[in-house]
Amino acid sequence: MLHLGVAEPMRDCEYSQISTRSSTPMETPFKKRTPKRRKWQAFPGRNKFYCDGRIMMARQTGVFYLTLVLILVTSGLFFSFDCPFLSVKLTPAIPVIGGVLFVFVLGTLFRTSFSDPGVLPRATPDEAADLEKQITNCSSSGYRPPPRTKEVVINGQTVKLKYCFTCKIFRPPRASHCSLCDNCVDRFDHHCPWVGNCVGKRNYRFFYLFILSLSFLTIFIFAFVITHVILRSHQEGFLSALKNSPASVLEVVVCFFSVWSIVGLSGFHTYLISSNQTTNEDIKGSWSSKRGKDNYNPYSYGNIFTNCCAALCGPLPPSLINRRGFVESDTSQPTPPTNGITMYGSTQSQSHMAAATPLMQTETVILTNEGSLPGRTSLGGPCSGALPLGGQPTPPTSNPNLSSDSDMLPLRKDHIDGLHHHHTDGGHHPFLTPEEAPSPPGMLPCGSPVGHSHTVQGFYNPASQDSLHEDSVRGLVKLSSV
Amino acid sequence: MNHSLQDIRQQAAISAKVFIQRDYTNGTVCQFQTKFPSELENRIDKQQFEETVRTLNNLYAEAEKLGGSSYLEGCLACLTAYTIFLCMETHYEKVLKKIAKFIQEQNDKIYAPRGLLLTDPIERGLRVVSFTKTLNSH
Repeated sequence: MLHLGVAEPMRDCEYSQISTRSSTPMETPFKKRTPKRRKWQAFPGRNKFYCDGRIMMARQTGVFYLTLVLILVTSGLFFSFDCPFLSVKLTPAIPVIGGVLFVFVLGTLFRTSFSDPGVLPRATPDEAADLEKQITNCSSSGYRPPPRTKEVVINGQTVKLKYCFTCKIFRPPRASHCSLCDNCVDRFDHHCPWVGNCVGKRNYRFFYLFILSLSFLTIFIFAFVITHVILRSHQEGFLSALKNSPASVLEVVVCFFSVWSIVGLSGFHTYLISSNQTTNEDIKGSWSSKRGKDNYNPYSYGNIFTNCCAALCGPLPPSLINRRGFVESDTSQPTPPTNGITMYGSTQSQSHMAAATPLMQTETVILTNEGSLPGRTSLGGPCSGALPLGGQPTPPTSNPNLSSDSDMLPLRKDHIDGLHHHHTDGGHHPFLTPEEAPSPPGMLPCGSPVGHSHTVQGFYNPASQDSLHEDSVRGLVKLSSV
Repeated sequence: MNHSLQDIRQQAAISAKVFIQRDYTNGTVCQFQTKFPSELENRIDKQQFEETVRTLNNLYAEAEKLGGSSYLEGCLACLTAYTIFLCMETHYEKVLKKIAKFIQEQNDKIYAPRGLLLTDPIERGLRVVSFTKTLNSH
C-alpha cells in the first residue's frame, strides 16, 4: 500500500520496470491486464443487478416472487376455468378486458421492480472532502450549530437537510436513505418488499399504476368468479357448482383477502398523490396541521389536479447512476469502502455505534494493511461484506480504489491516517441527537394502513434493525478471522 | 517523507476543485447556487460565472417544466406502455444533451483558456457543478 506512494514520483525514471511488476491497470497503459468492469459491478449499495445492469432490484426479492406467483396463479385459474363459461354465457369481452388488465398489471409491476427508483450516487472523495472542510470551517466559527444539518427555506417553510454519513452528501429535500438498500433515494416514498425495490421519484408512478390496476383486476376477478358460481348454481345447484369449478373457491379466497389491502393502499396513495406527499412525510406528519398552525406542504402545487398530473404525467428524470457505463480507473470513484465501514455504524442507532466503533476501527486498519479489500462487497458495511451473499457478483481481484492517481490520494491519506481520521468522525457521533441521526425510513413496510401493515410490520420492523445489528456483529467476527 | 508528500498532493487535489452546491430554495427543482466562490476570484470574473450558472439553471428548469407538452408526452407514454421510449428520447434527455453541448461550448470558449474545466453535473449525480483548476499555479 505504502509502496505505491513512493513509486509514483519515481515512475518517470523507472517506467519500464514498473510495467512488468505492477498489477494495476494504470501502470500498464498499453496492455489491459484486467477486463473493463461495468459500473453496476462496483455499485456501493446493496442492490442486485441482472441482465448486465439493465435490471436493478433490492437485495431481498423473495416477497416479490410471492407477489408474482399470486398474480399469475389467480389470473391463470381465472382464464382457464371461469372465462370459458363466462365468455359463452355472457360475453367474450370478459376475458379480453381481463387480459388487458392482466398485461397492464404485470407491465407496471416489472417497471416498478426493475427500474432505478431514483438512487442518488455517493459523493466522490473530492466532494466529500470539500464538504468536510466546509463543515469544520462553520463549526470553528464561535458558536456550535447542530452538526451536519443545513436549513433551507422552501416556499416559506423551513426544511432541515440532513447529512448522510454513508453517501457523504447533504440529502436533497424529500430524499431519504433506505437502510435496506443502503442508498439515498430521491423523493423516497417507502421500501416495498412486495415489489422488491424502493419506491422513489423515478418509479412512483409505475407503483401507483400497478396498485391501481391490480385493484381493478382483483375486483374484476372477484366479481366475475362470483357471477360464474351463481350462474352455475342456477343450473346445477350450489354445491355441485362448487364441485365442478374448485378453482373458483381458491380465487375467491385470494381476491377477498387481497381486495381490502390493495384497494385500501390505492386509496391511500391517491390521497398522497393529490396532496403531493410521500408515505415517509405522511407517516412522520411533517406537513400535518397538528404540528403547528403555519405548517403546510411547500411542495404542493395548490390544487389536486396539478398535483396528480405532476406525479403521474410529469417528466421522467433519467437515472443518475450510470449502471451500464464502464468503470474508468482514472476517474474519482465514489465513497471508498473503508470509510463506508465506519460510516455504516452511523446509520444505525447510537447504542449500536458506541459498542461497534472501536471494533470497526481496528477492522479498518487490518483490512487496509492486507490490501485485499473487496471493492464492492464491503461497502455496505462489514456485515454485508463478509457474509457470503447469494447472488452477489464476486469481488474484483484488482482493487480499483488502490490505483495510483491524484484523485485517489485523499483516499490513501485516509487509509494511512485511518485510525486518526475515523477517531475524529467517531467523536462527532455522540453529539448527534437521535433526531439528527440519519433516519432509517427503509423500515417502513409497503402495506395499507388499514390492516395489512401490521403483518408486514411484524415481519420487517423488529427483524430489520436486529438482523442488521446481528449481521454487523457476525460480519466483524468473520472479518477478524480472515 | 511519504506522509508529507501525500499531504501536499492532497492539498493540491482538494484545492484544485471548486464545487458549486445545489440551491434548494425553490424546492426540489435542480438549481445551483449562483454565489461566486472565492477560490475562482483570480481566474474568471463574477459576471461570467453567474451567467454560466444561470443558464444552466434555466436549462434544468426547462427539463423539469410541467406543461402541456410534458403532460402529452407522459400520457402518450402511458398509453403505449412506455415502449415509445425505445424509439424516442424523453424531453428530459433531450435537454440534458443540450446542456452537455452548452458545457462543452463554455469550456472551449471561456474556461479552458483560463485554465479551468467545467464538469457536467450529470456526471456527479446532479449534486454539484465542479470547476477543476487545470494549472497548479495560483
